Amino acid sequence: MAQMLIDTANHIAGYAAKAAKVKVVAAYPITPQTTVVEKIAEFVENGEMDAEYIRVESEHSAMVACIAASATGVRTFTATSAHGLALMHEALHWASGSRLPVVMAVVNRAMGAPWSIWPDFSDSLSQRDTGWIQFYCADNQEVFDTIIQAYKLCEDERVFLPAMVCLEGFILSHTYMPVKIPDQSEIDAFLPPYKSGWTLDVNNPLSHANLVSPEWYMEFRYMIQEAMENAKTLIPKIDEEYARRFGFRHGGLVEKYMCEDADLILFTMGTMGSEAKIAVDNLRKEGHKIGAARIRVYRPFPIEEVINLSRQVQMFVTIDRHISFGMEGFLATEIKASISNQKDHPMVAGFIAGLGGRDVTYKTIEKIAKKALKYMRSGKVEKETEWVDLRE
Amino acid sequence: MVTIKGLPKEEYLLKGHAACAGCGPSISLRLLFKALGNKVILVVPACCTTVIQGPYPYTSVNVPLQNILFESTAAAASGIVAALHQRKLEDITVVGWAGDGGTVDIGIQALSGAAERETNFIYICYDNEAYGNTGMQRSGATPYGAWTTTTPSGKRERKKDMALIMAAHKIPYVATACPSYPLDFINKLRKAKEIKGTKYIHILAPCPTGWRYDANKTVEIGRLAVLTGLWALFEIEYGCFKLNSPSDRLLDKSKRKPVKEYLTLQGRFRNLKEEDIERIQKWVDEDWERYRKMLVNSTSDSTPYGKI
Repeated sequence: MAQMLIDTANHIAGYAAKAAKVKVVAAYPITPQTTVVEKIAEFVENGEMDAEYIRVESEHSAMVACIAASATGVRTFTATSAHGLALMHEALHWASGSRLPVVMAVVNRAMGAPWSIWPDFSDSLSQRDTGWIQFYCADNQEVFDTIIQAYKLCEDERVFLPAMVCLEGFILSHTYMPVKIPDQSEIDAFLPPYKSGWTLDVNNPLSHANLVSPEWYMEFRYMIQEAMENAKTLIPKIDEEYARRFGFRHGGLVEKYMCEDADLILFTMGTMGSEAKIAVDNLRKEGHKIGAARIRVYRPFPIEEVINLSRQVQMFVTIDRHISFGMEGFLATEIKASISNQKDHPMVAGFIAGLGGRDVTYKTIEKIAKKALKYMRSGKVEKETEWVDLRE
Repeated sequence: MVTIKGLPKEEYLLKGHAACAGCGPSISLRLLFKALGNKVILVVPACCTTVIQGPYPYTSVNVPLQNILFESTAAAASGIVAALHQRKLEDITVVGWAGDGGTVDIGIQALSGAAERETNFIYICYDNEAYGNTGMQRSGATPYGAWTTTTPSGKRERKKDMALIMAAHKIPYVATACPSYPLDFINKLRKAKEIKGTKYIHILAPCPTGWRYDANKTVEIGRLAVLTGLWALFEIEYGCFKLNSPSDRLLDKSKRKPVKEYLTLQGRFRNLKEEDIERIQKWVDEDWERYRKMLVNSTSDSTPYGKI
């Protein structure tokens, strides 16, 4: 029987790990991730979840324990935020380089100094180049569905890469929303038991991840790039299959809203995507042909979809809950890079908003859109990167 | 009773490995497999064994080997042990095999965590008293007075006593060893294999390249470390401290060789002054007074941890 819950995204992430029949969880507490791993501890201790729970002494060890358990042939899960993710950085490379399908919930939180416990994407986007697939969720249902989908994707032999499923701290992590948990047997049918690509096996004694000379190293990197390209092909298919089975559809790589006839498209990630839809509705009522595109998968980046959206559109707007100091938001950079080889591509105006948990509502987004409409009409982007709602 | 002749003929450290001539750690690794067989998963961080095993697509180690990040040996072992438990493959021995830098410095946190969690594995520190793989830089296990590339005039501080730090975790088994006493090491490994929980063995593994002595003197140097009392062979089983042969005959100072005999054979101690040698001798003598007290405290029948 499917189950209807009203719960926080963090608890829902715990339910997803249980539904995925994860066998080893290694985790370390950090705000705002804590209630994910508390929920899992509860499941393991009351016997609802048949898993080993390693209460490690750091996030670095959490990731390494997941890597090693995955290498020993079982499905693994962990969760973290901000500084915990940064501490894992070295091990993130080791996971992808070892081609192990570890799945992790990242409860997005701003990086210090100064301390902040509130959300932005500076933690996970700093891990952009680690070889991890990155999903960004807009609501609690998507958190559940994406964790299940992530295992399906990462354990595909054409991929064998790890994935982080990102959800913004507090906005989702501690907010109650209704979520439908499908029947376990249906989840099992969608997500069969983990079949590893390689394992530490006493009957097949190999050295794993040993020293590789320049003769071979590039080929290993190339294979990761190929796997990312394969993931790009598989993600929409997996999302589609999931929708067919369970009724929820999250847009594959990019969730598009009213983009077909749009002159201007607002690019967002995470929960700002939900607010952008409301902004689009309101602005359309005022007669503006605006659409919204939520980048659901940031790595691999959906270049082709962005190119497709760029046809017949005059203006792209990016709203980044992130800043790459000395440049601009990553989303702005990636969108510009995606269309740079297209003739007569749209202009791109970048906005920085919502850092360290500052609210980004549909009203903020309407304000951004109106400014961008002005640029569009004048044919000139006045400011390459604009900070929204900045104190004077 | 183990004898050299009675050891298995099988080799799991294969010919063609890339260790230096006279390498103490590689002798120890060979002995490890003689003691434990091949139902072993070996976890190796960045250390000399990264090189000794050989580069891709080759390996000189004939058991499954997981290379892992420098500070992460014990965390990786924790993950493997958990997964093996889930897969009901519990007859496989998980061994962490790390150098002194990877153990007493950068890896101490993960090791302490794994020990506190009572992770069921054997952790072995093969201690060549410096960061050997990177060219002999000072570690927390480098002894007082020793030349390294980052202490060109000799280290000013004393060696960290890692075995006793691990004993403070109240794990069921802590031991020291030295490849110059192979049967002692093998006995300890076999005992460790039968005990559930975290087992820690610290090997003093002489390194001709870094310690600056002739490659044919590794066994002799190791013996002198033990016979001078600089390195005591002991085990702490469920809290019960015991000296092993030949260290058990060295409580009386007159039975111990002067530390000078050990120090003067090695180029790394060339800059030691007479007063430095006297200081080291004094510290060694103090250590043995401590062992004497530990023996007295351990003779009563200690209760194994976890068994009341």
